[in-house]
Amino acid sequence: MQALRRVFALNQNASWTRTVLATQQKSCLLSSSSILDIGIGLSAEKRQIQELALTFTQNEVAPHMQKWDAEHIFPVEMFTKTAALGFGAIYCKEEHGGSGLSRLDASLIFEAIATGCVTSSAYLSIHNMCAWMIDSTGTEEQRAKWLPQLAPMSRLASYCLTEPGSGSDAAALKTTAKSDGNYYVLNGSKAFISGAGATDLYLVMCRTGADGPKGISCVMVEKDTPGLSFGKIERKLGWNAQPTREVVFENCRVPKSNRLGPEGSGFGLAMRGLNGGRVNIASCSLGAAHASLLAAREYMTVRKQFGKQLAEFQALQFQLAEMAAQLVSSRLLVRQAAQSLDSGDPGAPAVCALAKLHATEQCFDVCNRALQLFGGYGYLLDFPVQQYLRDSRVNCILEGTNQVMRMLVARDIIGRLGDA
Amino acid sequence: YIHIINKADMAASKGLKILVGCKRVIDYAVKVRVKPDRSGVVTEGVKHSMNPFDEIAVEEAVRMKEKKLAGEAVAISVGPPQSQETLRTALAMGIDRAIHVEIPLAQLEKLQPIHVSKLLAKVCESEKPDLVILGKQAIDDDCNQTGQMLAALLDWPQATFASKIEPSQDSKQLRVTREVDGGLETIDVSVPAVVTSDLRLNEPRYATLPNIMKAKKKPLAKMSPDQLGVDLQPRQEVISVEDPPVRKAGAKVESVEDLVGKLREKGLVK
Repeated sequence: MQALRRVFALNQNASWTRTVLATQQKSCLLSSSSILDIGIGLSAEKRQIQELALTFTQNEVAPHMQKWDAEHIFPVEMFTKTAALGFGAIYCKEEHGGSGLSRLDASLIFEAIATGCVTSSAYLSIHNMCAWMIDSTGTEEQRAKWLPQLAPMSRLASYCLTEPGSGSDAAALKTTAKSDGNYYVLNGSKAFISGAGATDLYLVMCRTGADGPKGISCVMVEKDTPGLSFGKIERKLGWNAQPTREVVFENCRVPKSNRLGPEGSGFGLAMRGLNGGRVNIASCSLGAAHASLLAAREYMTVRKQFGKQLAEFQALQFQLAEMAAQLVSSRLLVRQAAQSLDSGDPGAPAVCALAKLHATEQCFDVCNRALQLFGGYGYLLDFPVQQYLRDSRVNCILEGTNQVMRMLVARDIIGRLGDA
Repeated sequence: YIHIINKADMAASKGLKILVGCKRVIDYAVKVRVKPDRSGVVTEGVKHSMNPFDEIAVEEAVRMKEKKLAGEAVAISVGPPQSQETLRTALAMGIDRAIHVEIPLAQLEKLQPIHVSKLLAKVCESEKPDLVILGKQAIDDDCNQTGQMLAALLDWPQATFASKIEPSQDSKQLRVTREVDGGLETIDVSVPAVVTSDLRLNEPRYATLPNIMKAKKKPLAKMSPDQLGVDLQPRQEVISVEDPPVRKAGAKVESVEDLVGKLREKGLVK
């Protein structure tokens, strides 16, 4: 701390920014405030798991966050290390290499990793979602073949639902899978696919039957299958540490044995995958907000104007208090959603939608406020808050837009239109 | 107390039994603050973790098990109830079982290496380890005493600041490389012995999720200083704890003559 002040006083340029960042990265997450305790309400056992994820993140993820964003690096080696800890298939059964843990454990892990890189945590959660879809719905052969590869992340997975013509209206998807003996022939394209081109297995929701959700099946397509190709890498506001591309199918022949579950069950499977996916992506938002809030607090104890630390101005103190309310309320709601999934609560999908809606919006606002508290420095790419902001912005959009989340929540409150 | 192991057995036997000491300390990255009453530092609500040198000691014990040099590894921690979390971490890294010597809160702040080494010596009487590995020092008090005191109490050889531990050439002893001021010193010690770990001994592994789950089933025994018959009377009294003085600004000089002139002014040079 003293070193920070001294350097700032002597030298008000780039060298100060580096010192701030280095100190921040290490001590940022060690808040001694009980409100901001990332382990709030957790048992000693859950804290131990969270501790592991946080330590790993501080050592192996956070130091590279900036570089991965600037140079658009998809950190496959780092994912392999997370998988070695058991983070590759957190809530898959242990039989084929899963960790056999709960959705709550997964939420803690994704939140922790997101404090060091939102994008990487988000991809990890997508991979976990795909592994679970195979684990929960696959045949014994499919599970025995794929989980031993997905759990250690020696093979990576992508989830393909959205198309250029169908985002929120997911059931209107047009990619067809026509039956041809023991094969399906896929034609169509998927849009905005995370990891596309860099991953090995694509879980594709495609049309094997009539229009509407009941005509959709989930088919696994392996990389290098003839007829599978990719569009250009999209240039994005954030999530730069992950390639996002169109996935194109042109008479792509896939064995029927790659279908997950019966024909016509694909939409339901996709939606069940998304329930967990929503908790996970909301958890990533929590991590971003947590890191941003602590960074802002740290900055406010260092920066002085008008002869006082920023932390002494009441207006700014009130900002921190409001940000804490946003973060902690989101955190508790997300963990509740995870627990309702774990307990098999039939109302879980609505809780997940609510948690996703609330956390992604509130946490983005926390990042935005944190950026403001940094003043001019907040706008510089040298400082991490702008990356948390950019990376968490898309969380309000994917895995179901927050507008769709509102639809789901309202439906739960009022009941389906036309239902008694 | 003397415990003699048949030295010829070391290579062929089930392996050494290792006792590893772990201390729960304030996390290295925390900004430590002095209490307003200057009686100590703020520990409540502050993040704690396993002393980094002890993590290295735990890692070494687990590696020796993996190399079949050791058969059983037991972790021990002397401290408050929360020391159990530290022991759970050790178990999750691969230690077989743990012992917690619980110190009541009133006596905790006054606990010194002399007390800890006596407690450990008592435990060694019943556990009969072949090797005790401790961190060379704890990052809260930086004492660097417990290992040495323990060896003296037990009348065992000691090899402190270890950067490498391996069997000796004839496999009847341990060959330990020590980091000393003059460089590296290599010594052979017979077992049982006390070794303290230095920074470059190894890089500790992360626990894995499966190991964290397995650790829940590993035995964790509790003991009290009374049961061990050790008196925790403090030998020292802390009078006050203060921040180091704020560093004053220096002055830049333009030339060697200026520098010598300034040194003369301050009476540091004739």
